[in-house]
Amino acid sequence: MQEANIMTNENDKFQFPKTPTGIEGLDEITEGGFPKGRPTLICGGAGCGKTLLSMQFLIKGITEYNEPGVFMSFEEPSNDLSLNVKSLGFDLEKLKADKKLVVDYVRVERSEIEEAGEYDLDGLFIRLAHAIDTVKATRVVLDTIESLFSGLDNQAILRAELRRLFHWLKEKGVTAVITGERGEATLTRQGLEEYVSDCVIVLDHRVIEQVSTRRLRIVKYRGSTHGTNEYPFLIDEDGISVLPITSLRLDNEVSSDIVSTGVPGLDSMFASGGFYRGSNILISGTAGTAKTTIAAYFAEEQCRKGERTVFFAFEESPQQLVRNMKSIGMDLDKYIQSGLLQIHSSRPSLNGLELHLLKLRKMIKDFKPTTVIIDPISNLISVGSEQEVRSMLVRLIDMLKFNNITALFTSLNKQNENSRPDLAEESVSSLVDTWVTVRDMEGVGERNRGLFIVKSRGMGHSNQVREFVITAKGIELLDIEMGPNGILTGTARKTNQLNKEVTEVTLQNELERKDREIARKRKLLEANIEALKNEFESVEEELSILKATEALQAKVSLNNKEIR
Amino acid sequence: MAEKVAEWQLMLYIAGQTPKSIKALNNIKKYAEEHLKGIYSIEIIDLLQNPQLAEGDQILAVPTLVRKFPEPIRKIIGDLSNEERVLVGLNIKPLT
Repeated sequence: MQEANIMTNENDKFQFPKTPTGIEGLDEITEGGFPKGRPTLICGGAGCGKTLLSMQFLIKGITEYNEPGVFMSFEEPSNDLSLNVKSLGFDLEKLKADKKLVVDYVRVERSEIEEAGEYDLDGLFIRLAHAIDTVKATRVVLDTIESLFSGLDNQAILRAELRRLFHWLKEKGVTAVITGERGEATLTRQGLEEYVSDCVIVLDHRVIEQVSTRRLRIVKYRGSTHGTNEYPFLIDEDGISVLPITSLRLDNEVSSDIVSTGVPGLDSMFASGGFYRGSNILISGTAGTAKTTIAAYFAEEQCRKGERTVFFAFEESPQQLVRNMKSIGMDLDKYIQSGLLQIHSSRPSLNGLELHLLKLRKMIKDFKPTTVIIDPISNLISVGSEQEVRSMLVRLIDMLKFNNITALFTSLNKQNENSRPDLAEESVSSLVDTWVTVRDMEGVGERNRGLFIVKSRGMGHSNQVREFVITAKGIELLDIEMGPNGILTGTARKTNQLNKEVTEVTLQNELERKDREIARKRKLLEANIEALKNEFESVEEELSILKATEALQAKVSLNNKEIR
Repeated sequence: MAEKVAEWQLMLYIAGQTPKSIKALNNIKKYAEEHLKGIYSIEIIDLLQNPQLAEGDQILAVPTLVRKFPEPIRKIIGDLSNEERVLVGLNIKPLT
């Protein structure tokens, strides 16, 4: 029992030796690269990027891992090959001059070759060995070895020799990539997968609803775990990049920095006074509820703080966006000039979803923004199927999170009575951290805009529906106005406010009147007190006069007695 | 003695002294003596000693017999045991 545990622990630690391909994303899926010292088969139909993938494997090996390589081409002459990959920024001639790369073109021309008797392919072996020895190569590409089958008649010899070749490559300890054309029933036309069985990767190029997507799948990988899904990949000016559908882990760094929403009043609806840095925010709402304006506010706020911001506008051109925002007193142009803000506009249908994602990825790499705004994310749905959109969004959000970028998406939802979220919201809502909904509040013959927070992960937030107005000075969140039947908006709010004012004035008047009356009463009382005092004084005086008279009389009577 | 320019320049690429290459050499010598007496030369190139030469003539199989001259260049691969194919391949018309 214990032994078994130890065994598994050891297995965990064991790392299958791998050769990193240097191709973006592919190393992630293969968990480190191709099997080291073994042949890998890459197969796929015409024009799906086999040659490019293998070439990139070699070039990245040289430039990034200092592993020289040999490219044996059975299809394209060396010069053509140089030219083809030059447009992707690879300079083969320089690598060749530096003795890091050998490109050997093996021409097999049936018309030139006559077969007479037994032969073997030692010539090929010798050429390959010579090339490998010249640059001490550890990476070898054979592109496309199946061409031999069309050039030579004797299939039995060929098959035996190929088997020997792959065995020999293994013995040499080079990491080889063999490309093969896709067959009808088999992975490759000549069944190469029988010989190369350590790692098989299938490339595919599909067009669905007029949008083409390239995909890559690892069919098998002996001795190693690997991603099993079909992964979209792209060929662009930098070569191939594979996009893992989701990153394998969810362990991106989190920040507890707060970034302001830019909308006055909205900050105070969040307990921490804004969004977390690196979080995803969704602003959803029906048409004309000022989603873009809120997004622009956020963009402006970030720019003002000196954060680099990218604004993807799928509905408006940059000029239009700038002009529209000017009408509410926002000057985005300033930040475009200073290079803090980039606005990218394109129709969603211009590219497949993958290309959109890649564009974003590139932008993040080159421009290094800290804020990304996508307006609106729901437009992408017109491009792909629900599932595709969802997987793309997951990848997008993963990528943004990984780079600790604060992202704000807007989403247009359909005007429907019940508040069921529609597709765009549904796909994103579980992924985003903060969800703010703007909505129309219709009543008494007018339409008003209201805003509330649906959720905000890791942060207390207001539960109120706040009305907001857009004026020439911008967005203003109004204070809550409660009426007898709930929250009041628009004209009702104004009427209510007026009523309140009238009541207040009346109350004030009443108070003043009361004050005056009290003053009057006090005066009256004071006068009374004065009168009583006077009365008291006169009584007192009278009393003292009486007393004096009495004393006088007594004295007089005493005198009379003495005389007698 | 002035070197006589051979009308037929043949090159035989081999990889070491294998039975196949010896057989091929014997075969071509036999055919040449038979059909091209005095107007041919055979150069034997061992790729094990000069591997860099394999690229120039696009050799991938051994043994390979290359007809350098007269042009166009022709290649025959194998141990040359099939006389007819060799002669057709080299474009040698049997003398009548």
